[in-house]
Amino acid sequence: MTDPAAAHSRAKTFWLALLVVLLNASGNLSLTVGMRSIPDTMSADPAGYIRAMLHPQVAFGIVLLILWLLTRMALLSWADLSFVVPITAIGYILAAILGHFFLRETVTATNWVGTFLIFFGTAFVGTTRPKSTEIRP
Amino acid sequence: MKWVLLSIIVVATVLGDLLQSYEMKRSGEQAVDAHGLAKLLRLIASRRFLLLSIAAMAISFFAFMALVQIAPLSFAVPASAATFVLETLLAKLVLKEEVGPRRAAGALLVLGGVILLAR
Repeated sequence: MTDPAAAHSRAKTFWLALLVVLLNASGNLSLTVGMRSIPDTMSADPAGYIRAMLHPQVAFGIVLLILWLLTRMALLSWADLSFVVPITAIGYILAAILGHFFLRETVTATNWVGTFLIFFGTAFVGTTRPKSTEIRP
Repeated sequence: MKWVLLSIIVVATVLGDLLQSYEMKRSGEQAVDAHGLAKLLRLIASRRFLLLSIAAMAISFFAFMALVQIAPLSFAVPASAATFVLETLLAKLVLKEEVGPRRAAGALLVLGGVILLAR
């Protein structure tokens, strides 16, 4: 019999992991699309980076990545590092799919084998208990 | 140079994640609503290990940017995915997390997948 509190906590952890993955993939996509639409190439000149950050899509990407950082921190308060790192690697699959559809990047047969391995690896880790330790303040 | 940058990425990523995980385990479960996010920002400002972890993440990010300028993505992505295995190992040894056969096998499958995805 599954403990209802543990099942609820587990479900919450998976929803938060999904949010972390979506924020990272959409943040990176927005940043990439924005950077590619900026004509001047990045150099050592800091003004170029500041100009890039004022571009709406780059700025939106940065906001999404700040939210990603904060939600990932929250996820690390709910689950082990050794659980979070492989689980959120599912984002590599999402990045490949988004890159294929939005940036017209090629996905080869080898890449698809890679996505299946990531999927099964994530599924393996997903069957383990998310939190095994707690450090008292 | 690419191996130097790769070493910086791996060390900074692993250090950043270990410090962040350690502090977040100490902080108790955090919410992700507006109130919770504001609390997380305050937490960053008050815990030096969290500040250090964010600095390490920034170093890793800029080193990665520099690496992809001198090496192909097909080298940069799988090589930096070495952090998966190192972090799983250190999570067990340093953070005392339970890493059983399923979790270890999962991390290795993910590593293999990332290598193939970047080819």
